[in-house]
Amino acid sequence: MNFTLKIWRQKNAEAKGGMVSYEVSGISSDSSFFEMLDILNQQLIESGGDPVSFDHDCREGICGTCSLYINGRPHGPVKGVTTCQLHMRSFRDGETIHIEPWRAKAFPVIRDLIVDRSAFDKVIQAGGYVSVNSGGVPDANTIPVEKSKSDSAFDAAACIGCGACVAACSNAAAMLFIGAKVSHLALLPQGRVEAEKRVQKMVACMDQLGFGNCSNTYACEAECPKGISVVNIARMNRGFLKAKLMADKAKEIRDSM
Amino acid sequence: MLMYSSITRKVLMALAGLFLVTFLLVHLGINLLLLKSDGGAAFTEAATFMATNPIIKVFEIVLFAGFLLHIFFGMLVSGQNRAARATRYECANASDTSFFSKYMFHTGIIVLIFLLLHFIDFYFIKTGLVAPPPGIERHDFYHRALLLFSSPWYSLIYIAGFVSLGIHLNHAIQSAFQTLGWNHSHYMGTVKLASTIYSVCIAAGYSLVPVYLLLIK
Repeated sequence: MNFTLKIWRQKNAEAKGGMVSYEVSGISSDSSFFEMLDILNQQLIESGGDPVSFDHDCREGICGTCSLYINGRPHGPVKGVTTCQLHMRSFRDGETIHIEPWRAKAFPVIRDLIVDRSAFDKVIQAGGYVSVNSGGVPDANTIPVEKSKSDSAFDAAACIGCGACVAACSNAAAMLFIGAKVSHLALLPQGRVEAEKRVQKMVACMDQLGFGNCSNTYACEAECPKGISVVNIARMNRGFLKAKLMADKAKEIRDSM
Repeated sequence: MLMYSSITRKVLMALAGLFLVTFLLVHLGINLLLLKSDGGAAFTEAATFMATNPIIKVFEIVLFAGFLLHIFFGMLVSGQNRAARATRYECANASDTSFFSKYMFHTGIIVLIFLLLHFIDFYFIKTGLVAPPPGIERHDFYHRALLLFSSPWYSLIYIAGFVSLGIHLNHAIQSAFQTLGWNHSHYMGTVKLASTIYSVCIAAGYSLVPVYLLLIK
């Protein structure tokens, strides 16, 4: 298969970037998207050019390191997969493929297609944890957890923090990511204790980092490679309002922030 | 208000919006009285009640506060959303999202422009800020409405305004439920359906008046 690639090239965070066209030919339909980019980079290196920088790690869809905004969609045209799980058979022979980095004020471009996603780490540092050591794995049923709640917590915990939700959102909002993190902890007994404090701290941090506001377009849910539901955003909103309305606790949280 | 968190701002916008949604139904009820063939007696009676009743007068202030709150937070949130993505994508977003949800700001602006026109045509005349057209008393909303709707251009602008409002409401009502945290798989489908039915009824109901006056009567 042959493709024309239009790739965002940018030397560093300060440099002005732009789209650059490349041609790749003889690509196997079974090669992954990254293997295709590896072939392009080999061509560029051999011809004395500068290879395209992009994030990747596990290449099996579990680490959340890869990104890429491909033809107007984070992680490309296939639903429920990360870019590393995308194969060239999902494109037409001769197609022009646009490849851009995630775009958000909170995710500045470092180089080419690599963005700095440490804003997500900062949000987690603000409250996405359980403060005490909750011990090792408990024996089954020593802490009773309702099946539906453990299922919902697990669904939320499937978030790999790749940032596709922010990339897809027309407002560059991080509500699906934070909703998932807030939910998976708040639904379980160990995380429930600090739920009110956690949601307020994480939302305050999100606002400071310059993420946008959610306008419920649900592009995040449509593009999430792990199928995280927007029900988690509603759960976060509910938890946030409950925490705000409990004035004594809210004051306690403000004082501790 | 500027210091409120993003969720608080959106919740206030949603609550103000839901309040405005209920007001639309009351206003539609009065408008539909224009369809009665009684020389405007029922319409004028309802309009006079709305203009003179002390409880309604208090609610008028609440209503204006609702409008201002919704518009203020709408503008603020939209401005922040634009700033959150300083560099736009080269390739247009192709994500599978609801069509109407992408144009909330645009339809909101059209409705705001229509609202200002509506104020000039009715409310400002009532309060004496704008002079009424010759031969029409400033409290006579019935003949004022008949005169305006006799113009096909005005009727077309009016209908376009309400089609925009319908598109806005289609996403807005179910979106408000989500913002307030009332999203559950058991009833969200019903909320979305009700949101669509309500928005179609509002757009069609308000548009019925000029269509009836211009084409049928």
